[in-house]
Amino acid sequence: MPDSSAAVPVDVHGEAHNPALLHHFAEPQQQRDSASLGMWVFLATEVMFFGGLFCAYLVYRRWYFGDFAAASKSIDATLGATNTAVLICSSLTVVLAVWAAQTARRTLLITMLAITMLLGLAFLGIKGIEYKDKFEEHHVPGASFSFDNVPIPGHPGQFANPRHAQMFFSLYFVMTGLHALHMIIGLGIFLWLLIMAWKGRFTPEWHTPVEIGGLYWHFVDIVWIYLFPLLYLIDRHP
Amino acid sequence: MSMPGAIPQPPIPQAAERENYLNTKYGVWSWLLTTDHKRIALLYLLSITFFFFIGGFFALLIRLELLTPAGDLVQADTYNKIFTMHGMVMVFFFLIPSIPAVLGNFLVPLMIGAKDLAFPRINLLSWYLYIIGGVMMLHCMLTGGVDTGWTFYAPFSTAFTNTKIVEAGLAIFVAGFSSILTGLNFVVTIHRMRAPGLTWSRLPLFIWAHYATSIIQLLGTPVIAVTIVLVAAERALHLGIFDPKLGGDPLLFQHLFWFYSHPAVYIMILPSMGVVTEIIACFSRKRIFGYSFVAFSSIAIAVFGFLVWAHHMFVAGISVYAALVFSFLSYAVAVPSAIKVFNWTATLYKGSIHYDAPMLYAFGFLGLFTIGGLTGLFLAALGINVHVTDTYFVVAHFHYIMVGGALMGYLGGMHFWWPKISGRLYPEGWARLAALIVFIGFNLTFFPQFILGYMGMPRRYYDYSHMPEFQVLNVLSTAGATVLGIGYLLPMLYFLWSMRYGKPAPDNPWNAAGLEWKTASPPPTFNFDEDPLVTWEAYNYEELDSPDKDAPHKQEVPVAR
Amino acid sequence: MLNNFPLWPEQASTLAGHVDALYIFLLIVTGMMTLLIFACLIFFAARFRHRPGVPAEQIEGSTALEITWSTIPFLVFMVIFAWGASVYFKERTPPTDSTEVYVVAKQWMWKLEHAEGQREINELHVPVGRDVKLIMTSQDVIHSFFVPAFRIKQDVLPGRYTVEWFRATKPGVYHLFCAEYCGTQHSGMVGDIVVQEPAQYEAWMNGGSTGPLSASGEKIFAELGCSTCHRTDAQGRGPNLQGVFGKPVQLEDGRTVTADENYLRECILDPGAKRLKGFQPIMPTFQGLVSEEQVNALVAYIKSISPAKPGEAVKASAAATQPNGSQVQ
Repeated sequence: MPDSSAAVPVDVHGEAHNPALLHHFAEPQQQRDSASLGMWVFLATEVMFFGGLFCAYLVYRRWYFGDFAAASKSIDATLGATNTAVLICSSLTVVLAVWAAQTARRTLLITMLAITMLLGLAFLGIKGIEYKDKFEEHHVPGASFSFDNVPIPGHPGQFANPRHAQMFFSLYFVMTGLHALHMIIGLGIFLWLLIMAWKGRFTPEWHTPVEIGGLYWHFVDIVWIYLFPLLYLIDRHP
Repeated sequence: MSMPGAIPQPPIPQAAERENYLNTKYGVWSWLLTTDHKRIALLYLLSITFFFFIGGFFALLIRLELLTPAGDLVQADTYNKIFTMHGMVMVFFFLIPSIPAVLGNFLVPLMIGAKDLAFPRINLLSWYLYIIGGVMMLHCMLTGGVDTGWTFYAPFSTAFTNTKIVEAGLAIFVAGFSSILTGLNFVVTIHRMRAPGLTWSRLPLFIWAHYATSIIQLLGTPVIAVTIVLVAAERALHLGIFDPKLGGDPLLFQHLFWFYSHPAVYIMILPSMGVVTEIIACFSRKRIFGYSFVAFSSIAIAVFGFLVWAHHMFVAGISVYAALVFSFLSYAVAVPSAIKVFNWTATLYKGSIHYDAPMLYAFGFLGLFTIGGLTGLFLAALGINVHVTDTYFVVAHFHYIMVGGALMGYLGGMHFWWPKISGRLYPEGWARLAALIVFIGFNLTFFPQFILGYMGMPRRYYDYSHMPEFQVLNVLSTAGATVLGIGYLLPMLYFLWSMRYGKPAPDNPWNAAGLEWKTASPPPTFNFDEDPLVTWEAYNYEELDSPDKDAPHKQEVPVAR
Repeated sequence: MLNNFPLWPEQASTLAGHVDALYIFLLIVTGMMTLLIFACLIFFAARFRHRPGVPAEQIEGSTALEITWSTIPFLVFMVIFAWGASVYFKERTPPTDSTEVYVVAKQWMWKLEHAEGQREINELHVPVGRDVKLIMTSQDVIHSFFVPAFRIKQDVLPGRYTVEWFRATKPGVYHLFCAEYCGTQHSGMVGDIVVQEPAQYEAWMNGGSTGPLSASGEKIFAELGCSTCHRTDAQGRGPNLQGVFGKPVQLEDGRTVTADENYLRECILDPGAKRLKGFQPIMPTFQGLVSEEQVNALVAYIKSISPAKPGEAVKASAAATQPNGSQVQ
């Protein structure tokens, strides 16, 4: 975006330059590289953020494996797998959107951005259904949590400890909840990208927001790729 | 002979005549909506000074309570809130931002020859996040506060206290984002925006220090963010992640907490080490001894700093074997710090040393950081740690590093770069006096606490009437705190004074090396009139002091009295 | 003079001398390093003070020096590390046949119960020269049992046992502090360790005992109906507990754990977690039905029906273990 304080896009040397070039950068490549590096660094911080949760999860899974397996069985792996497919498709549409921006295909860009958002909304919708199911089954941690007489897979006659199962669900809701929050933020970013694309702001010379927005979306996708097997597929057998 | 790339020094005009970043636009909105890294640095300066005095006020109350063995100044709950708020404010709202947000923001672009940081608007956002977090924390304090200690251990913080943990946690969460964005900005800036010719090995060590600090900010802060989220979720939703009654583990909290909070102390000290390096080089008039070793030590401290967190947990219930590993690694992380101290000392050898106020603060840093660091050796020794952990020995140790180290470096840096920041000279006599008062006051406050700790006085006790034998040392400590307080007030006063009455500063009052000194004091908004091209090594004092120019380090500078 | 301005507390345990010896060594080493650095700083600052016409000498560095002053401190650090570790091993390895005292910490008091049955609040009587092992848990938040004169400290956690031990060497009364912040009256959670000559201690013990802890444990065992399933023949629906303490046992899921205090406690409060191989999962949980003190008594009883095995029992209870029997990392 042109810096609002630069009324005329002329640098100190008096030469005209691309209006998208911010004044403190020497040249567009530097600006692009900085934006890209900035987003990668930010994603590193996000890895550490989710990493703390994964650590907590791994500790309790090791201690309470059977209970976690029982709890994991009770969440719908079909819905989870569908969501995984949805997100993988959305990453494809993101890649196509970036390509469209690089090659000045405005219509394709807008279409891909829109489809990405629709897929994101589908993801959230399916998530909502899952949360509703959990609420109805009293699997939401808290006063009304109950998980009695649920057998541990592969151990006939043994039942899951409700307190340890509640630990699984605590982690499930926090991890998927934070992921969903990141997804919502991603939708906001893509809405903004969509509006900008509609206004024709992106050119092959400058489409940095599409690229770094895309990076963010891929990251959110990858987090889900880890969440899905860890949460939905504990000790599952065909 | 003038140095290649050097900009000829103009005669000293009145500061008001030249356009610079301070006078280019007036009005509150030109400050509140600025994207100029230098203005943002000043916004931070005002804010962190404010929080420093709040944290300092709480410190004063603590020391006043501890003058007598009985808990007679405030009630137990109030005292518990006071030391908690002292810790939270000082750690999250003063120490962590201080040097990076003030000196780093101001100097990083200048030192590398850039016009601004890579993301100026994100820089402004980071200040606003700091302010929002600060306001939330203030509100929390004014409406009841928190009494968990700044370490807010579970299950006390999750299930046994009625104070405003969630609000304080959110305040810290928001401020943490400020820290992350500052780090992000610095990393990208240092990678992508160095002036032509400025290779990594020509960078000032201040930049290396801030680079290492930024790595820690980026990788560590998110972990405490998620810890806060878990604590808040546990309180609000009764999840049980840290509650043994529900199958959770309180030790998991400690691991997650210290995974950030130990590297956090390196966020606090590394920038200060960077400042001290610049000051020692300038006031010895020579390059730093062992440049690459100092640079890589900063990175080594950042890396190793992530591997030692459980040395805060030796008596917490971890296994003997885990304790052995963390003790060993804690000794490993001490080595790069020792290397730095030796390199600084060696830099003085065959130097040409001047005793201006910044150098006095650097000397103070060297002495106090050495003592603080060496007492870390005591704490890393498992057999000793069992006895002294959770006592005043630890309190003394970390105050030596954070106050004796980080804060001395911050003050030294403020004095060193004050002419550049404000365009004015501070009064040298008063500055030297203040440095001396701080040094004396500091030692008087905190040295007795080592003894108190080994004698067995636990931390966070407001009433020690069962152990009246501890009173003498406590009184000494409180006396020192009073002196220390005066030492901190003085710079506030004379810096303010100098804004109006101080002598105008030349571009390079110290004849120091570094790109920031090649532009006006104060600099113009876009830092340099011409883009610099760097063809010289860092700390080129030989050229600066070459016989062709007058050797004295303070040419053209009448010292303000 | 050292009595008027002491630098360390009284040495009243076998460990104290070891800790202080390392402390003095550290004082000397760090004192020397401080003096060395300060001497250099002061000397250089004076000797190389700016003199007009005498420029500084630009010295790049010296790899040899860097290696020297990295290696030598590192070696010194390793000596300190090893010494500290050896003192720590002593501190965390209770001797076999230690007398046991169960400690329950709560906001804001210490409740102690001797194996012989005496209960104390905020006070612990022990005889000189006897190894005492504290088996501790908390009813609420994390506390820490700190006796400066013995140089020992150990956090006391809710939900599990932690252990520390000492052997007192001098009669006297010594401070006991809670050293982990635990709320409003953290500063008030203090007490006394009363070390007595053996004769005096016997006298104290005989006045007002309620019988050994294991005896009350036996009563509780019967009252709660444990013996219905945990019979001493092979007919019981639950495992025979005779001789089980301290032995490795095989669990249903294939793991082998040691039946130490934490394992027994977990079986009482959370029976399904580590079921023994070959037994049905029918034991009800007693969570909420027994207090911490009652759990302590039951554990003491089960220990009393196992012969003390040197080595095994100690290893089991020496380190603070997680409920799953494995070491905490």
